[in-house]
Amino acid sequence: MSDPSIQATASRYTVADRAPRKVSTVLLRWESILVMMLAAVIIGNTLKSPYFLDPFNLADATYNFSEKAIMALIMALLILVREIDLSVAAIVALSSLAIGYMGVAGYGPFALIVTGLAVGLLCGAFNGFLVTRSGVPSIVITIGTMSLYRGIAQVSLGDQALTAYPQRYLDLGQSYLLDWPPTPLSFFLFLVLAVCFAVFLHKTAAGRQLFAIGANPVAARFSGIRVDRIRLILFTISGLLAGLGAVLLTARIGVMRPNIALGWELDIITMVILGGVAISGGVGTIGGVVLAVFVLGLATFGLALMNVPGIVINVLLGLLLIISIAAPIIIRGQSGRR
Amino acid sequence: MSLLLRYREAILALIIALMVLGISLYAPPFGTLSNGVGVLNDTAFLFMMALAQMIVILTRGIDLSVAANLALTGMLTGMFNMVFPDLPALIYVALALVVGGGLGLINGSLIAFLRIPPIVVTLGTLAIFRGTIVVVDGGSQVNTSDMSSTFAGFPKLELFGLSSVFWIAAIVAVLAWFFLGQTRSGRGLYAVGGNPVAARYCGISLPFQQMLAYGISGAVAGMSGYLWVARYGVAYVEIASGYELTVIAACVIGGVSIGGGVGTVAGTLLGALFIGVIVNALPVMQVSPFWQMAISGAVILAAVIINARAEGRALKLILPEARRAAAQAKR
Repeated sequence: MSDPSIQATASRYTVADRAPRKVSTVLLRWESILVMMLAAVIIGNTLKSPYFLDPFNLADATYNFSEKAIMALIMALLILVREIDLSVAAIVALSSLAIGYMGVAGYGPFALIVTGLAVGLLCGAFNGFLVTRSGVPSIVITIGTMSLYRGIAQVSLGDQALTAYPQRYLDLGQSYLLDWPPTPLSFFLFLVLAVCFAVFLHKTAAGRQLFAIGANPVAARFSGIRVDRIRLILFTISGLLAGLGAVLLTARIGVMRPNIALGWELDIITMVILGGVAISGGVGTIGGVVLAVFVLGLATFGLALMNVPGIVINVLLGLLLIISIAAPIIIRGQSGRR
Repeated sequence: MSLLLRYREAILALIIALMVLGISLYAPPFGTLSNGVGVLNDTAFLFMMALAQMIVILTRGIDLSVAANLALTGMLTGMFNMVFPDLPALIYVALALVVGGGLGLINGSLIAFLRIPPIVVTLGTLAIFRGTIVVVDGGSQVNTSDMSSTFAGFPKLELFGLSSVFWIAAIVAVLAWFFLGQTRSGRGLYAVGGNPVAARYCGISLPFQQMLAYGISGAVAGMSGYLWVARYGVAYVEIASGYELTVIAACVIGGVSIGGGVGTVAGTLLGALFIGVIVNALPVMQVSPFWQMAISGAVILAAVIINARAEGRALKLILPEARRAAAQAKR
């Protein structure tokens, strides 16, 4: 009420639709910080290496994060409703296994894609069924299904590899969808899905329901939101997109081993958390996740151009994650508020 | 059902006993005493790491960095041994405890004072610890030939046929039982996990309890790091990769609630033993070791779902209409 901007425009009986926009609040938004980080990454890399801003190099760089980024979109929604899916990378392995066997059996690209998506969908639905029916935290359930799914892949393949795929299927992952600007299919799908997810989450009533569940699941249930059904659907989509990730990844590398996509779940969760989605639920934007994907992807690419070993890049990304979460807390002095 | 809940440890012990019996009938070598000793020796690392993880989970936390801590501390003690060979083995143990505990306190201070969620912090330090191994050693590895006899010999010492690693795990278990059951700060871990607000009103400091939990977790992981490196005779970046999930699985099977405040030393030890028996039974039964992962996944799911059923949580419905409908359906 003491804010002059409100007093100037309205009587004291007017209720403002939203808080007045201030420069400081816009600048301190998590997305703004991510934009600055992204700018720093791009400028730093461009100064360091003349090969960074080459469109073909950048297009190839997107291969390394597009599949994970697609799975990060749905992981963001799961974390938003206080759930988590640690089994996504194992679903990739199981879907890829099915694709591999279909390839060996001589089926065409369409059948391979459908198989991969269907296996992912079933795995995700199984996760969702267990989580909603048992009442056990999803972190526990998906640790279990993670071992189960990857275990099945290990049992059936052992130390073997599946390498027989039709050429038209491999082309999906190894050629550009558009020649100019050079756009791989996986990156194109990521952009399309990101727009779909953003519209759904931020512009539809169903999307708002996810925020309600994340903020308070019990209150959301009392408001008539079918919490368990939404959870089930989200886990199922998570499996489906992991299946899509498997389709793209298998086509790209052209070989299936049981350790495919090992450890991806942690990379994906890193993308989501850096994107500003609160692990305690109820807070987050798709825009933030997309920005985080680019920050992480381009930073990795730039460091690789500078011949930094992969594991050292992991150290830097781990530091980036912790510092980027810790810095705003220190700056805002929240640690003193108890 | 409440009987099941009350005697969860007894039932888990019974299941393990039946399992051992069944496997022994199928493959008689499994039932011998020497094999039993072998299982205990093999599972010793899981015993202590699971106990340390339980202490963290009690506070509503999780420590995903334990395996990376193990690998880093193991590598550092291995390199320390190359510079200072032939010190008494207890010096290496102490060093590993201090280094590992220090790494754990890094986790603890980020969680306790900056209040970053534990899963975020330990996910980050997992990558950092493991990557630091390459940074400190330049991508090479420490082999048996680089280790002094006191360093490499210690984990292979035996008492009553059981290795020193097992006896250390036994000491850790006794200390954990005493600490969690008989000391003020041990009970405080249950309090902050069971109800943080009530614990605060009782004057129990959450930051202190968290520092304690992550410090212990790190120290045990670090000590296991030295023992692991010395026992298996090699330290490199990938050792114990993914082991954190096995450790958490042992806790979950042992009835530790991921929601905090619930868990016992006996249950956790049995959970670890359960995994240990399966891992060791597969080769004896001439089943491909590739089955191990799938079986432990299925077991985790079965264990947690049976636990949840026993607690009756699955039937807790929010809306009265739904509850009435459920009651009618039951009739």
